[in-house]
Amino acid sequence: MLKVTNLHASVEDKEILKGINLEVKPGEVHAIMGPNGSGKSTLSTVIAGHEDYDVGKGKIEFEGEDIAELDAEERAHKGIFLSFQYPVEIPGVTVTNFIKTAINASRKAKGLDDMPANEMLKKIREKAALLEIDSKFLSRSLNEGFSGGEKKRNEIFQLAMLEPKLAILDETDSGLDIDALKIVANGVNRLKSKDNAVVVITHYQRLLDYIVPDFVHVLHNGRIVKSGTKELAHELEAKGYDWIKQELA
Amino acid sequence: MELKEKMLSSFMVLEQELDLSSPVHEIRSKSMKTFEAQGFPTKKQEAWKYTSLAKLLKNNYSIFPKKESSIELKDVKKYFLYEIDSYKVVFIDGVYSPFLSDTTHDGLDVCLLSAALSKTKYKARIEKYFNKVAKQDESLTALNTSFAKEGAYIFVPKSTVAEKPIEIIHFSTGEQGDFLLQPRSLVVVEENAQVQIIERHQSLAPHDVWTNTVTEIFAEKSANIDYYKIQNDRTDASLVDNTYISQDQQSNVKVHTFSFGGKITRNNLNFYHKGEHIESTMKGITIIEDQQHVDHYTLVHHAQPKCESHQDYKGIFSDQAVGVFNGKILVDKIAQKTNAFQQNNNILLDDKATINTKPQLEIFADDVKCSHGCTIGQLDEDALFYLRSRGIPKKEAKGLLTYAFANNVLESVAIPSLKTRINKLIAMKLGVNLGHDL
Repeated sequence: MLKVTNLHASVEDKEILKGINLEVKPGEVHAIMGPNGSGKSTLSTVIAGHEDYDVGKGKIEFEGEDIAELDAEERAHKGIFLSFQYPVEIPGVTVTNFIKTAINASRKAKGLDDMPANEMLKKIREKAALLEIDSKFLSRSLNEGFSGGEKKRNEIFQLAMLEPKLAILDETDSGLDIDALKIVANGVNRLKSKDNAVVVITHYQRLLDYIVPDFVHVLHNGRIVKSGTKELAHELEAKGYDWIKQELA
Repeated sequence: MELKEKMLSSFMVLEQELDLSSPVHEIRSKSMKTFEAQGFPTKKQEAWKYTSLAKLLKNNYSIFPKKESSIELKDVKKYFLYEIDSYKVVFIDGVYSPFLSDTTHDGLDVCLLSAALSKTKYKARIEKYFNKVAKQDESLTALNTSFAKEGAYIFVPKSTVAEKPIEIIHFSTGEQGDFLLQPRSLVVVEENAQVQIIERHQSLAPHDVWTNTVTEIFAEKSANIDYYKIQNDRTDASLVDNTYISQDQQSNVKVHTFSFGGKITRNNLNFYHKGEHIESTMKGITIIEDQQHVDHYTLVHHAQPKCESHQDYKGIFSDQAVGVFNGKILVDKIAQKTNAFQQNNNILLDDKATINTKPQLEIFADDVKCSHGCTIGQLDEDALFYLRSRGIPKKEAKGLLTYAFANNVLESVAIPSLKTRINKLIAMKLGVNLGHDL
């Protein structure tokens, strides 16, 4: 589904990704771990199509198509979704209106009419229930005055509504207490299928107890330096990242 | 003939039909002398540095209506807040339209200034209020005063709450060619009384119309006034709005100005404090494109202790549009415990759009809280990426973000149907389709 080959990316002439190789197949869950500043967020942002990053060498392919030149919205239309570490506040635009705008924008790009209002309403209710979201929450301005947990839950709500093929969760666990973490993880797990894939980016192993990865990759200094199965995450939790750094040295 | 000469000779024509013995006439002639001495403002004056009227002075305007123009309600209905019941004072090419208006003398006066200026029963009030807060030595105000004849007269007596909003609408039809309109309104709200007023100037066909309007507002003790200005005119219509507000103790006056269209729009908005515990609020949203020009020139004169003023102006400028914000806060030495806040935030959507913003604080008291801030920026790139990553195309995403930026000024709009209307106007101006709420 996603194939990243020798990906280099820089921002303001500073190279952050220095040759990433990663392949994600349908039905798989990948975890990308690594210390602060290793390039985890950059990788997710580059895959989602942020214009501030210059992609130098390398390729990003999605379902066999090179997407490196596509705009962020075009990648979204193809089925790539990024759950943000710091979702943006948009006063005056309600959660509901925002998600409707997003869904209908994707439909329009595919040549479809707007989703009928009753169908939209039904879907919103269903997905809100999945994430235990109160209906009052849906009429609030997007992310404005939301707690950290509410923001993350709202990200996963959008994920549930947009039903992407590839979901990248960037530090979705940060700012969540254990109950919220369980709700969010449960939501992600219920959305998982053999046709879609999830990439979980996290600093800690905690989230991986609930969203269990098939593969774990360690990112360090702009490269994937180690890959393994979920046991690698436990090892990292126990030993810290210094162990990897020493091994590399 | 130059416009100034034309105004001088037109004044002589006007004098022939006026009662020269009336005290108002003395005010008119004095004002004409002020205008004669000063002429039209030029960019050489500090207050007009960023706004040139030169383009407007070239037109050959009609000064007096030659005939009565008529318009069908169905053609102009959309300019009224038709969803709700309201009093209406409507003028077409400077002439009162009884057909489109809905005035009253029941409990409060919502009628014509021409009646108030000429009838004996209003004499005492005219003497007390007319031209008493308007700045005497400002040339365009003086010009309006000398020609002051028609406009709205609103009197809300003590402890009266106007049960519905008042709409003041000036239409310009273009049937009589280019036109210089000089409406004059007087609003007096007595102790403990309340009123909501919506003012609009609307050109209906291609022609150069220049409106030089003066509104005097008196908020007496504990009065409460909500005033809304809707400036969404054709791109060949220009407006100089001179509003002067006198506030007595514990009164609360809010003025919202929505500037969404016009050729040149200049708002001179002045607040004068005459007592303690006064609240003054000025809010504005400007969204313009092409070569439109909107200038907000505000003054709050804190002349008494323990008063508050809040200013929050937002501007969104595209193409080669030009915005100006000059906010003057004057705090006299005796005005201790003043709280004065001013904020002006702008977004420039194109490289050639311009905003000139200037806070001007003159503070002579030492125990005050005053703050001001202005920002000029582009849209937040991260926010834009967030929206685009959800599949919303760049143009729509920009629209949504600018909408969100402007929208929070609407929180203080107290008439729900007006709020909805302005909200939709903003969405439309910014190309945002928010659909229907579920």
